[in-house]
Amino acid sequence: MIVAERKTIPEIVDIIKGHKNILVLGCGTCVTVCLAGGEREVSIMASALRIASRAQNLGFKVSELTIERQCDNIFIEQAAEAIEKADAVLSLGCGAGVQAIAERFAKKPVYAGLNTKFLGILEERGTWTEKCAQCGDCVLADYGGICPVTRCAKHLLNGPCGGSREDRCEVNPNRACAWQLIYKRLKDIGQLDRLEKISMPKQWGTSLSGGPRVIIREDHRI
Amino acid sequence: MNSNNKEITVVAFCCLYCAYAAADLAGSMRLQYPANVRIVRTPCTGRLEVEFFLKAFENGADGVLVAGCEEGSCHFKEGNLVAKRRVNYARKYLQESGLEPERLRMVNVSSAMARQLTDHIKDMVETVRKLGPSPLNKAKRQQQQEIKS
Ligand code: SF4
Ligand code: SF4
Repeated sequence: MIVAERKTIPEIVDIIKGHKNILVLGCGTCVTVCLAGGEREVSIMASALRIASRAQNLGFKVSELTIERQCDNIFIEQAAEAIEKADAVLSLGCGAGVQAIAERFAKKPVYAGLNTKFLGILEERGTWTEKCAQCGDCVLADYGGICPVTRCAKHLLNGPCGGSREDRCEVNPNRACAWQLIYKRLKDIGQLDRLEKISMPKQWGTSLSGGPRVIIREDHRI
Repeated sequence: MNSNNKEITVVAFCCLYCAYAAADLAGSMRLQYPANVRIVRTPCTGRLEVEFFLKAFENGADGVLVAGCEEGSCHFKEGNLVAKRRVNYARKYLQESGLEPERLRMVNVSSAMARQLTDHIKDMVETVRKLGPSPLNKAKRQQQQEIKS
């Protein structure tokens, strides 16, 4: 899922200054699960902004709404009335959600209240970790299902770097060395021979380097 | 909430199994505590969400006290530890929004600790008095005065 983290109240106050009626708009999907932009976080954020407005005499009013998914027109429709009524929208969706709302309401300022961080998983209660950098040409099969692009600090396709201590990464000892994990995993599944192959440099043309990527499925187009 | 301009109001969320019982005991023991406090009985401090604290300030509290069981003796095992983390999180929000985080505090007492509870309440009321009324209420009072004059 997409993992995000809230911006601070002073940052948001700076972003929304000048507007009188702010709609804090939540999203019920990924950012709800990572506790950044669901109904509860919307309620807390709206409350904190109201307190900031009154405590610092900023003079804006705050309303709140959470829809099922901000990146989907069908659900955005449900927020249309509330969005029309507000001067500006503070979206607690991921970056895609914010942009989907902005595209749908051409004349309405729409701001991001979150920093969208990465594609990851809930590691344990209250801890999320990054697992995939969306390179566009997945090589997980060669590495026992552990992504060296994302999880090795040096993105090494032919690792390890030689700096790992015990099973820790030399760049940050709080992190496991991805290559240690890859070795262990390949050993466990009896595929250590995969490491004998030298991996060629990755073709980054499938990644973000050429601008936003598009996927077209002709069989689904009308 | 504040009828007297000089006075302040502290909302105290008290856990049924400890602080609320201690407040009861304080009554039986004829222990005095400031009348500024408004006690809200809660089934466990772990029931309290971050937004409860923020809403209390939005609705006119000058300070919020959360009183749960002593650490290690929560009736629901670790509700008070959950509450402690939420209180700390809410304090961060208060600070970012322009309210002193000292206006929100958590204390731990057992049901037998009536004297300690009244001391905590007195101390909290004193802290909030020193900070003065919440700026949220100041603005509201100014408005009221402007309307009157
Ligand atoms: S190889 Fe690319 S697509 Fe596969 S997990 Fe790693 S970053 Fe994601
Ligand atoms: S120690 Fe391991 S994870 Fe860290 S940079 Fe080296 S190979 Fe990558």
